Amino acid sequence: MTLSSFIFGRLAWDQLPHSAIAWGGSLTVIGGVLAVVIAITVTKRWGWLWREYATSLDPKRIGIMYIAVAAIMGLRGLSDAVLMRTQQALAVGSNPGILAPDHFQQIFSAHGTIMIFFLAMGLLIGLINIVLPLQLGSRDVAFPFLNSVSFWLFFAGAALANVSLVLGDFSAAGWLSYPPLSELAYSPGTGVDYWDWSLQIAGIGSLLTGLNFLMTIFTMRAKGMRFMRMPIFAWSVLGSMALVIFAFPILTATLALLELDRMLGMHFFTAGGGGNMMMYVNLIWAWGHPEVYILALPAFGIFSEVVPAFSGRRLTGYVSMVYAVVAIAFLSFIVWLHHFFTMGAGADVNAFFGIMTMIIAVPTGVKMFNWIFTMYRGKIRFTSPMLWFMGFVVLFTMGGVTGVMLAEPPADFQFHNSLFLVAHFHTMIISGVVFGIFAGFTYWFPKIFGFRLIESWQVRAFWSWLIGFILAFGPLYILGFMGATRRLDHYTDPSWQPLFITAGIGASIIILGVIFQAIGLIASIRRRHELADTSGDPWDGRTLEWSIPSPAPFYAFAAEPVVAARDAWWDEKQRRAAGEAQQPRAYADILLPKRSAIGVVLGACAFFGGFGAVWHLWWLFALALLAAAVALTRRLLDDDTEYLIPAHELARLDAAQRSHADAA
Amino acid sequence: MTTDTETIEQLSADARVVFGFWAYLLTDLVLFASLFATYAVLEGGTFGGPGPHQLFDVRYAFIETMLLLTSSFVAGLGMIAAHEGAKRRVLAWFAAAFILGAGFLGMETAEFAHLAAIGATPSASAFLSSYFTLLGTHGLHVAIGLVWMGVLLVWALRRPWDHHAERKFMLLSLFWHFLDIIWVLIFTVVYLFGLMS
Repeated sequence: MTLSSFIFGRLAWDQLPHSAIAWGGSLTVIGGVLAVVIAITVTKRWGWLWREYATSLDPKRIGIMYIAVAAIMGLRGLSDAVLMRTQQALAVGSNPGILAPDHFQQIFSAHGTIMIFFLAMGLLIGLINIVLPLQLGSRDVAFPFLNSVSFWLFFAGAALANVSLVLGDFSAAGWLSYPPLSELAYSPGTGVDYWDWSLQIAGIGSLLTGLNFLMTIFTMRAKGMRFMRMPIFAWSVLGSMALVIFAFPILTATLALLELDRMLGMHFFTAGGGGNMMMYVNLIWAWGHPEVYILALPAFGIFSEVVPAFSGRRLTGYVSMVYAVVAIAFLSFIVWLHHFFTMGAGADVNAFFGIMTMIIAVPTGVKMFNWIFTMYRGKIRFTSPMLWFMGFVVLFTMGGVTGVMLAEPPADFQFHNSLFLVAHFHTMIISGVVFGIFAGFTYWFPKIFGFRLIESWQVRAFWSWLIGFILAFGPLYILGFMGATRRLDHYTDPSWQPLFITAGIGASIIILGVIFQAIGLIASIRRRHELADTSGDPWDGRTLEWSIPSPAPFYAFAAEPVVAARDAWWDEKQRRAAGEAQQPRAYADILLPKRSAIGVVLGACAFFGGFGAVWHLWWLFALALLAAAVALTRRLLDDDTEYLIPAHELARLDAAQRSHADAA
Repeated sequence: MTTDTETIEQLSADARVVFGFWAYLLTDLVLFASLFATYAVLEGGTFGGPGPHQLFDVRYAFIETMLLLTSSFVAGLGMIAAHEGAKRRVLAWFAAAFILGAGFLGMETAEFAHLAAIGATPSASAFLSSYFTLLGTHGLHVAIGLVWMGVLLVWALRRPWDHHAERKFMLLSLFWHFLDIIWVLIFTVVYLFGLMS
């Protein structure tokens, strides 16, 4: 090894982008980062950002950071989608389209990776951070410092994935990087390494978050909130996070094994040397299928909050909802093989996994009917969260039925790898997860920021998304039947082109929806004073987060709530209306976590360590590891991590808050 | 109407951390389960190279096992002392656990070096990749545990014994016993099953 290869590893000038579109991506990243840095500097917000957000251990602040990072990553994933739709609308016959095949492969790999790991996970974890403790009547998650570490690992993973736009390539081996294509022999560049390390870092962050939320539910509930009194959103998070702690270690192991193959020449998944590439496919889907439900369950939970709130009725079938969550969580671990029926496991094995897959439709159907029965004879307010819900009901049911079609092994041999499959899982993820997140974001927005979003822009966004979705993915179902496989950078049959163009039009209408959402957000911020929520309970809500002021104060609950029934806040409002005397608030001294910069330090270590590993800068890797160990040791030996707010101070803050609300 | 909440959710902060650490150990167990599954699938993938019968010496592995089990037992004695608040005995027992654990790690390192010297490297075959990775991951955990133990011993030496110290040693001992269980599984699955087949 020469000195320069020790210092620079694989870094070289020719790793900068080659094509105009790649330069566009890279300049967007650099320009975006510069713009943010300049904006913060000009407005002199660095100190504020550092004190109030970066080093904060308040789950509400961490949640906002998650949502912000995920939204930015979502725009990246969306521009990937636009490039793909444009390519496929054009690239027929003699027209090569706008993208080279290798670049196209990077784009679809990045799109899938980013949308699942950084958009969907980020938005959900962000919302859960804000809402879950409040719903449980708790001030915090179980481990506030761990929460900050999780976020900064997520951030480091996202940042590493974006560095690939500037330096080197991203993976061109698909969002799950199947070997042998992802092995060194066929993907010698940095692409798969970027993919592997950014997911490894973000994945460990998600694992720690899962642990944290699970422990929050187990140990931080308010007095009297028995399991069967928890809001269904909390139950859904419980199911989802139980899946996280069982599934994400498998991902950690799998990514590590692939990297051992690539870095140390091992033979886990190689074609030669006794390796077994189907072992990889099994392992990655043993994580990957639960991951689908890790995303879907919290979104179901959001709908379970939104529908009762806007229907003015309690949720129908609470107990059956709980059992449905548990059943879905359990079943999601014994269906992974349906992602590769064509492996050749044999008829019996395929039949088992096919039947298990179909059975998942049963608890999901239970949930669907419960939501619809909740609306029955309710006083429904057709707010935008309800619109997202009704869009979800229609699309998700269709997506579910196509899922049952795909669950039949003989039929799957035909649908496998076709655009029919692509259309199916986009139906599930967009209508199930993304619509759920939008509903939840609008619903909880006043609790997070203290003012509502302008409804008209939300409604416009909804219709754009719905119509755009149908136009974008309807044609893909048809194309799948016509034999179009997924991931085509070029095709020869001109009769497919009109459908691909329709899909492209659909994608532009979705973009229009996103623009409406952005306009709506900006317009709402500008009109925040007239949209302010002074009551703390703008929707006549049912759960504890609506019992406190908006935006939720840093101490969340001035006095610890005591829960006597399901829908605890609704129950209390009923009793107040019935004239029952209110207990005076019992203030007590509370301990809150102090700020900590160690989370930021660990995130930086993860980022530089990952960067070092991708480029074989082993000195950087070792240095990052050492710095992380020192920072962690320092934190773990520090026992002075909390500060006290005395009861009289809490009483004063609470009184000020309430007189402020009365004045407004 | 007693409830599950009144007991569990009023846990002290220390007890909550210990509970959370149990859950962390569960996730680590799943990580090892993935590596065990990989080993089981790839054990036959020797690619014409040496297999378990040619490479493993069960007596050597048995001595390693005894070292690690004794270390774990001694750490258990240390925890009894910790609950009694007897700081000097805690430090003495854990120092002994450290030496025994370091002995285990030394033996494992020597075995890896020996295998590499006779050409049985991790890149020689899928079987050896999975063998080195499974045992190496465990060994890495032991190494981290030893660093952790060393840091805690130095830290505890200079301060009075309190509940913070007890919690810190509690987590370490849980981790240490957990590594013991993993090693017993490795001894069984890799060495005993490997030599029986």
